[in-house]
Amino acid sequence: MSTPTTAPTKGRRFNGLPLIGPSVTVLLIWMIVPLVMTVWFSFQRYNLLDPTVTGFAGFDNYEFLVTDPDFWASLTNTLLLVGSVLVITVVGGTLLAVLFDQPFPGRDVARLFAIAPFFVMPTVAALIWKNLMMHPIYGVFGAVARALGLPAIDWFADYPLLSVILIVSWEWLPFALLILLTAVQSLDREQLEAARMDGAGALAQFVYIVLPHLSRAISVVVMIETIFLLTVFAEIYVTTAGGPGNATTNLAFLIYARALLQYDVGGASAGGVVAIILANIVAFFLVRTIARRLEV
Amino acid sequence: MAKRSPLKRVGIALLGWGAAFVLFFPLLWMLLTSLKSEPEAVTPSLIVAPTLQSYGDVLARADYLAFALNSVLISVGGTVLALALAIPAAYVMAFHPTKRTRSTLLWMLSTKMLPSVGVLVPIYLLFRTLGLLDSRIGLIIVYTLMNLPIVVWMLFTFFKEVPNDILEAGRMDGARTGAEVWHLLLPLTLPGVASTGLLSLILCWNEAFWSLNLTSSAAAPLTAFIASFSSPQGLFFAKLSAASTVAVAPILVFGWLSQRQLVRGLTFGAVK
Repeated sequence: MSTPTTAPTKGRRFNGLPLIGPSVTVLLIWMIVPLVMTVWFSFQRYNLLDPTVTGFAGFDNYEFLVTDPDFWASLTNTLLLVGSVLVITVVGGTLLAVLFDQPFPGRDVARLFAIAPFFVMPTVAALIWKNLMMHPIYGVFGAVARALGLPAIDWFADYPLLSVILIVSWEWLPFALLILLTAVQSLDREQLEAARMDGAGALAQFVYIVLPHLSRAISVVVMIETIFLLTVFAEIYVTTAGGPGNATTNLAFLIYARALLQYDVGGASAGGVVAIILANIVAFFLVRTIARRLEV
Repeated sequence: MAKRSPLKRVGIALLGWGAAFVLFFPLLWMLLTSLKSEPEAVTPSLIVAPTLQSYGDVLARADYLAFALNSVLISVGGTVLALALAIPAAYVMAFHPTKRTRSTLLWMLSTKMLPSVGVLVPIYLLFRTLGLLDSRIGLIIVYTLMNLPIVVWMLFTFFKEVPNDILEAGRMDGARTGAEVWHLLLPLTLPGVASTGLLSLILCWNEAFWSLNLTSSAAAPLTAFIASFSSPQGLFFAKLSAASTVAVAPILVFGWLSQRQLVRGLTFGAVK
């Protein structure tokens, strides 16, 4: 045989452009147009309520943004929210994944109950927690506290950011569980058995075999969650509307408030550019993780 | 498997069911509250004299059905459109890969990294200019584009598992590309395509950011309707719970049915 010259598809080379073209085109438009507009607006004076405010603003919008204490508060809140929820869901998710990997009666049903919160729409999740769980008078937590003779906590007044963190963690813990459980189940049982024979205790097995096996799944959970958590919106919109003061204003809510409550397009766009830069730092690592696993 | 002591087995069962109960409790409580009468609903108690009153009240509000209809139309519209765009694209990348396929896939994924808040302002202004604010078509377009990368990825993952030989045989018999995809590929990958569609439906149904910012009344889906309960005059706990239950139930069932394939799709096959 001489050198093979025929590709898997015989005859005329397959022209896939008409099939893949539409998807690529619409995504390209979806990405480029708003991105260019956001960057453009961020250098403009532009207020929807006052048409006399026009013209090139230079870095004024950015300067105004970084000298605004609300911006730094929102950045801090964003990072606190993302960080706390990540820690809670990854640690909790790992423990739950190991637990739900053990055989026990009705395990499959219990598992379905445990992952349910992931499928609940954020506005519903926020309202259930705000009114039925955390309400100081009508909520379950308050009732339990009173039954124990303790004062009821007014969650959203006294611990606003913590309250939001709890709600968002409740939504995302099942996601971490779902992904990590799948990873735990693919663990090589014989390896565990061998470790047990060699006298490794439960803790040693967990630290030296289970955790390293989970590292890739954990990185996937961290990356995907970070992308979504950076832009948590509905939970804040429904429960605290960013308050009290700016205690629960994250970057997403700040941009929303600037744009659609104060109609300051220039300022909101500058915030948008910051959000895009922040997300892309994260995305850089995500794409690298995924790319390494990609077989084409 | 090593034998465990009975005590340990009971302990694990208790822990497992306990964890499931704690995570599910808010939803259970929502269900219980929805079955109470309005005066009973404000006193936290486990005892319920079940009544379907609140469900009746919620469904009797004509606008509730309008919101639900919006949710169905927008979610189904966005999903069907995304599938229609993504199936040909995923087919090409899975069965006729070129040097650029890998970077195309990664680029598509990267468009998901553009945070919605970052582009809220331009989309809002564009929609205002085009008259798409508070229109179903507008939301369908946004949802299609929002989910397209994930849908392409999931389909790609499922299509890759079909041996090329089977499609090759069909091609030899003279099947054109359209027939090849429709009569060979889609029947073979039906479970995967179905779960991809379900994931897209779940994401559309639960989406809150765009629906809250781009709609006000005419095209607002259930997420926006439920959010309207956060205003003081909407504080009827039993009705709120009944409305929430009806809004969440269908998508919860879909989620449970497709959970296994969801993991594969959400992690792009990186976790097996």
